[in-house]
Amino acid sequence: MTGRAAPTLAPSQNWFARLLRVREVSLVALLLIVTLGTAAINPLFLSFGSLKDLFLNVAIIALVVVGETIILLMKHVDLSVSSVVGLSAFLSGSLFVAFPGLPLPLAFVFGLLLGAVLGSVNGLLVAYGKVPALVATLGTLYVFRGVTYAVVHGGQINASNLPPAFLGFATGSVLGIPNLVLLVLVVMLGFGIYLGNYRGGREYYALGSNAEAAVLAGINVKRRTMIGFALSGAIAGLAGVLYLARFGTVDATAGTGLELQVIAAAVVGGVSINGGVGTLFGAGVGALLLGVMGSALVTLRAPGFYQQAIQGALLLAAISFDMLASRSAARRAAKGRQS
Amino acid sequence: MKRRGLLGWELSVIVLVFVALFGGALLSPDFLTASNLSFLTANFSEVALMSLTMTLIILVAEIDLSVASILGLCSAVLGALFAAGWPMPLAILAAFGVGGLAGLFNGLLVTRLGLPSLAVTIGTLALYRGLAYVVLGDKAIADFPAFYTNLGFGSIPGTQIPIPMALFAVLAVITAIVLHGTAFGRSLYAIGANEIAARFAGLQVTRVKLSLFVLSGLMSALAGTVYTFRFASARADNASGFELSVIAAVLLGGVSIFGGKGSVVGTVAAVFLIGIINGALTIVDVSNEILTIVTGLLLIFSVLLPNLLARVRSARERRARGRAVS
Amino acid sequence: MNKRLTVSALTLSLGLLSAVGLAQTGSLKKNLKIAFLPKIINIPYFTTTDNGGLAAIKEFGGVGKAVGPSDGGASSQVSYINTLIAQRQDAIVLAANDANALVPSLKRAMAQGIKVVTFDSDVAPDGRNIFINQAKSDGIAKGQIELMSKLMGGKGEFAILSATPNATNQNAWIAIMQDELKKPAYKDMKLVKIAYGNDEDQKSFTEMQGLLQAYPNLKGVISPTTVGVAAAARYLSTSPKKGKVMLTGLGTPNQMRSFVKDGTVTAFQLWNPGDLGYLAAYAAGSLASGMITGKEGETFTAGKLGKYTVGKNGEVVLGPPTTFDKSNIDKFNF
Repeated sequence: MTGRAAPTLAPSQNWFARLLRVREVSLVALLLIVTLGTAAINPLFLSFGSLKDLFLNVAIIALVVVGETIILLMKHVDLSVSSVVGLSAFLSGSLFVAFPGLPLPLAFVFGLLLGAVLGSVNGLLVAYGKVPALVATLGTLYVFRGVTYAVVHGGQINASNLPPAFLGFATGSVLGIPNLVLLVLVVMLGFGIYLGNYRGGREYYALGSNAEAAVLAGINVKRRTMIGFALSGAIAGLAGVLYLARFGTVDATAGTGLELQVIAAAVVGGVSINGGVGTLFGAGVGALLLGVMGSALVTLRAPGFYQQAIQGALLLAAISFDMLASRSAARRAAKGRQS
Repeated sequence: MKRRGLLGWELSVIVLVFVALFGGALLSPDFLTASNLSFLTANFSEVALMSLTMTLIILVAEIDLSVASILGLCSAVLGALFAAGWPMPLAILAAFGVGGLAGLFNGLLVTRLGLPSLAVTIGTLALYRGLAYVVLGDKAIADFPAFYTNLGFGSIPGTQIPIPMALFAVLAVITAIVLHGTAFGRSLYAIGANEIAARFAGLQVTRVKLSLFVLSGLMSALAGTVYTFRFASARADNASGFELSVIAAVLLGGVSIFGGKGSVVGTVAAVFLIGIINGALTIVDVSNEILTIVTGLLLIFSVLLPNLLARVRSARERRARGRAVS
Repeated sequence: MNKRLTVSALTLSLGLLSAVGLAQTGSLKKNLKIAFLPKIINIPYFTTTDNGGLAAIKEFGGVGKAVGPSDGGASSQVSYINTLIAQRQDAIVLAANDANALVPSLKRAMAQGIKVVTFDSDVAPDGRNIFINQAKSDGIAKGQIELMSKLMGGKGEFAILSATPNATNQNAWIAIMQDELKKPAYKDMKLVKIAYGNDEDQKSFTEMQGLLQAYPNLKGVISPTTVGVAAAARYLSTSPKKGKVMLTGLGTPNQMRSFVKDGTVTAFQLWNPGDLGYLAAYAAGSLASGMITGKEGETFTAGKLGKYTVGKNGEVVLGPPTTFDKSNIDKFNF
């Protein structure tokens, strides 16, 4: 926020950083194995069109994962993101229906603002109402979705209601990379730098790893928590607008169930549910890994009914593997320090 | 002090149950009839059953998001085995075996590997539902013997009390006795309040948690059996999404998500409160979206309100103390 | 009760006084309480059917409403049925989420004198009085296969993108389609995969994408659900496979219009959902007025749609589905 680089942390940072690297290296390796393995069986998997689809599928989830990561770092959780995506997608669509000539950037600004407001509701409940984040956001998951149902009331936004330029944004590309993917990469990069190098960003880690120490260090916990939730909401709101651009058709159920995919991606990517640990790079790779696994199953013609079971098993395997890897790394690090 | 505050919360939920009943009666003359109340309670029997074990799991500061998927898996197994010609009692037994194993698997991942239960059960939420589809695919098994479907659908002879609800009442009493009257029950509070201290005090934390996950799996199997017979239909997608209703009921009942605080009475009262409010609003044709919003708000206020009250109280005490000193 | 009797007596005598041809509609009771219970409330298809039904109920002077769940689970409809029983409705008109799970509650409703009409997807026959079928099941299935065969030249691989794995009507159609494919005329067509989009837009979209990726030689996709076919068309319209992979299915003209015009989809089918609801409402009204009981051979008049006959197993068929293509799509608005 202030632009001042964070002071170097405790000496533990050294083995800590190594541990993080282990997590991400193992993830990237897993990603390569799955991708190349699938491609070996069906080379079409690595064709340009199929990769483009893959990245487009992952982009929106990866975007929401950015916000969720910030929340998880603070040792909170945001279950309401899926409902924020849905409400933002439908309302920004309605905006285009009401004002067909609306300039495109305004739709994005609208999504961001709406999301920030909804996220602030969560932030208020958690930071000032002292409601545990799981409870607060489970509640707002219901409430925001209910509001969406009430607003939509059987309606639907169709691609024909939307300006072609807006839909073109989703399908368009620069140098072969879809706009949607580029935008998400930019957001990830920006937040990656913010979380890694700026005081404001480091505060999320501090909050999650030791809240009491964070208070003693002079961090305004309430304000930081509030900003975190507002950011997560704003990102989910933006994701809603992109969802609309990508899918064109939006009804009241848009985005339902997204929250579990997002949390799964972050956790697979090494973001700890116990706060304070994880990077956006890892979370992004986690989202990509889940996306690749999903489409690999389809490409390999896994029977439809097995897909969900296999995905669940893979998710568990990823979490367990990650835990074992980090544990052995921690043990090694501890041994190294002792000698 | 803390204990009194807790009882206060449960008491207010119970009062709210009666307010909701009274309000429902005012809204519609058709509400407070024996048959409507019978429908209404039968309607949430599975959520009610699963909320009992969820209470215990949340008390030790864990969570089980896979309960509805285990329900679906057990329903699928029950249906598939029955369709394959197994005698019904054996099929039911097998469903319980599957439920217990599913719970054991959750428990092992949490206690042996030390994985967070939230992450584990998000994974098994997908895994078990997926397995349900592997077992039953797109088929729906129906045509269960009337004896069994009557158990699910019928009432205790001579009354309007649905049989699943009677089952729930018995199990709720047992759970309450175990939780509030035995050493095992009290150990749950100790573990939830401070796990490390509980370990030092010699409590078998790992074993207790493992057994709770197995219990939760078994309860989901029971709920799956009830669901299958109540609707006379075994399907892989049975009861999907119920996990959030179960958790909402437990939290509304005053069980702390951080563990260590809560009671069976609170959970039971909350299950009824949500069910009755939903029933009352449905009978006056309040649309589904409003019901969704009401559920969410109830959940939020169930935690927010006591927090705000506590803050007001402590502010008043502080002021009073300040006055006394000066 | 008494008042209702006098009112109906009044309408009856009015009906007798009026022209004989109108006597049948004229003798529908007034102020019948009829509730529509769609699979999922507030999705465009069911909003159209329900509005058709509510218009009909208004025509014959009844009190209509539409209630329902926002998810497609089997159990979600049961609580609504129970509530409608408690509200002492005269008739329930529903599209069933599950062929069996609703039967016990519906039997209880019928035991209390409530008439039950199913439309769109049926329950087991002992759980209702009349089923309004949008079109004969085998007519839909055979029609879809015939259309697909024509589009892909009778040769090659094709796939089906269905709704939920448990959808009663989709599964019935798919079973008939698989039988139909055994005929010699279709011996060169191969059904390679049945995918499920769960009637969710995004899921259907990505399933379609997966189909094209997993089966590079795919020549056609049938999506017998309005949500699925629209999502599939949207994916196909921006894909290089547009025009190479044939897509057809059951869709609404409003959702499919742009895809027919840009050449993504040549032809697709559907019945008129508004008429489906309208007919179901008249059937419910006639049952509740005691004019019919749901026995085979009985006839009733459904307002502007004319006379219908109850068929075997209490089934009434709306009529053959309409095939929409470039030439006629602009004539329809639903």
